[in-house]
Amino acid sequence: MSSKKKQGFEAIATEADPRGFEGHSINQSLSSEEKIGFYREMVRIRRFEERSLRAYQQGKIGGFLHLYIGQESVAVGSLSVCGENDHVITAYRDHGHALASGMNMNECMAEMFGKHTGCSKGKGGSMHFFAPEKNYWGGHGIVAGQTPLGLGLAYALKYKGIKGAALCYMGDGAVNQGVFHESLNLASLFELPVVYIIENNGYSMGTSLQRSSAYTESLGKRAEAYNIEWETVQGHLIYEVRAKVNEAIQRAHESSKPTILEIITYRYRGHSIADANADKYRTKEEVKEYQEKKDPINVWRNLLLEDKVLTEEQAKEIDKQARAEADASADFADQSPYPPTESIIEDVYWTHDNPGKHDNEGRIFFNDDWGPQA
Amino acid sequence: MREITYREALREALSEEIERDENVVILGEEVAQYNGAYKVTQGLWEKYGDKRVVDTPISEAGFIGMGIGASMLGIRPVMELMFWSFAYVAWDQILNNAAMVRYMSGGQINCPIVIRGPANGGTNVGATHSHTPENFIANTAGLKVVCPATAYDAKGLMKAAIRDNDPVYVMENTLLYGMKGDVPEEDYVIPIGKADIKREGTDLSIICHGRAVLTSLKAAEELEAKHGIHAEVLDLRSIRPLDEQAIIESVRKTNRALLVEENKPFAGVGAQIAHLIQWNCFDYLDAPIARVSAIDAPAIYSKPLEDFQLPTPERVLEAALKLCQ
Repeated sequence: MSSKKKQGFEAIATEADPRGFEGHSINQSLSSEEKIGFYREMVRIRRFEERSLRAYQQGKIGGFLHLYIGQESVAVGSLSVCGENDHVITAYRDHGHALASGMNMNECMAEMFGKHTGCSKGKGGSMHFFAPEKNYWGGHGIVAGQTPLGLGLAYALKYKGIKGAALCYMGDGAVNQGVFHESLNLASLFELPVVYIIENNGYSMGTSLQRSSAYTESLGKRAEAYNIEWETVQGHLIYEVRAKVNEAIQRAHESSKPTILEIITYRYRGHSIADANADKYRTKEEVKEYQEKKDPINVWRNLLLEDKVLTEEQAKEIDKQARAEADASADFADQSPYPPTESIIEDVYWTHDNPGKHDNEGRIFFNDDWGPQA
Repeated sequence: MREITYREALREALSEEIERDENVVILGEEVAQYNGAYKVTQGLWEKYGDKRVVDTPISEAGFIGMGIGASMLGIRPVMELMFWSFAYVAWDQILNNAAMVRYMSGGQINCPIVIRGPANGGTNVGATHSHTPENFIANTAGLKVVCPATAYDAKGLMKAAIRDNDPVYVMENTLLYGMKGDVPEEDYVIPIGKADIKREGTDLSIICHGRAVLTSLKAAEELEAKHGIHAEVLDLRSIRPLDEQAIIESVRKTNRALLVEENKPFAGVGAQIAHLIQWNCFDYLDAPIARVSAIDAPAIYSKPLEDFQLPTPERVLEAALKLCQ
């Protein structure tokens, strides 16, 4: 046995049976179409992100690009158990949750290209996808900054008497921010229907869990300090993710109580594409081992092949379609116009965008050389 | 017209808006069972109950962020900060999330939140409790900030803030809570972004906001009584949006401008106003633009010096006399 203390993902990885939760009530009634649908969703997310990486390398996408590759089963599995009154909010690694919430590739790719056809009209970028009509509330750039917002969504649901839950995702790096702990205290104190999902991929940027958290056996266990139910979930297993997230959502719906789920997962790429040290804080072997043993798409595909729910040909066709869809979204984004200059000061204030519908007066923008008052 | 205090005027605004809109909810430290640290919310919990008036723990980043999230789904939270100085532990929520979410979502999400509480020095509590962050707020596109100086303005602006679809931050003042003023019985709203001439004059425009309005009015009385100078006192009431037209009209009439605020000078509100005046009234000015601000150091505890550190009628008078020489 090595005397070296395990670091990063190595320390949290455990073996689990992909069929462990197959018999859970939420999974028993799944149709073949639904199972294939999860596969399609995960493949779509991966191909979309791979295509976005190429666009980034071509200089079509700027800024940060935080890829979700390796974690797809978490978003797809958890969102598959959400109902019409359940809401979603996440951090900056947000492409997977956006697509799994029903946003289309075109609006997401165009947003990253900074185009007017993007979901946020080119004003948000990769970290800030939004689709409130699909119950998807972003896409937030500051680590843990979204954790009280998720609480607020839950507060609003309870206030309005709606039986729903707010799923608030974050990375393992968020758990040491003060506002996360404030949110947990309020969630428990006010009995709010929020599900905090810590996607623990072992590294907060380049700092392993062991170098950032004092207690590393479990991040979810922090829930106990706030009298909140918690569980650890193997994130690469769709059946398990669905079962555990569904239980948390039911707790929110039935008793208006929060839950923390620590979902163990892994990202193959760097913290962002600008992460020059992605190979330094972990070994290539670690990444390779995960890809070989636990890649969520492979694990799910093999399970469906074994069950004869899916054929090799179908799997290939799904992959081909996803690549084509991703390529088409890049073409769409490329051909879309940039936002017009005047849009810089649109969507800042509701009142400025809605003249005649309010009685605000006075000057609201303050450039001398440009803008409405210039 | 009846006279009520600034505090009572705020309370009436909150009460009337709770009754008018079922989505209005008051949250903050000690707002419910304790009746408010400064008694602004006195009696509201008893009258409207646990759902509409909610005590929070001392957890500003958490509960203000929660209010912002709730406002995204259509609730109209009115968040009390016991002091605006406490906003600094919630800055990411106040300046980042509330201000940016509409923009970054391409206009898909509104954030109709009100954050209110006292923002003033002069109460002998030291530097960390004496901040006046209206300039920080006004520096952030996406936010609105108002600073009522009278009971009438406090009520009208609070009601407007609650009905507004953008985040509106209301800066009150503990030294004004007990001040009485005329407030009509009937419902009224003061449009956000509309300044008010508190005293008409022809020789000099004193442009100010918040408690500095009262200081300026005292100085203006002295100017007239002892020096025969007729100062106009223009109360901005709202910092952003800003009633630029009222500023321009006043300065073009009087040809002199004195800017008074309890904020600090560097990048304070007066810095922006001074720029607007020189840009719009350059040929009308008979003197340089003068400013009286808080003396540029952390708010001192020692009472006599603290009183001197904030603009006094004497300092305003002296600056006005120099301007009118």
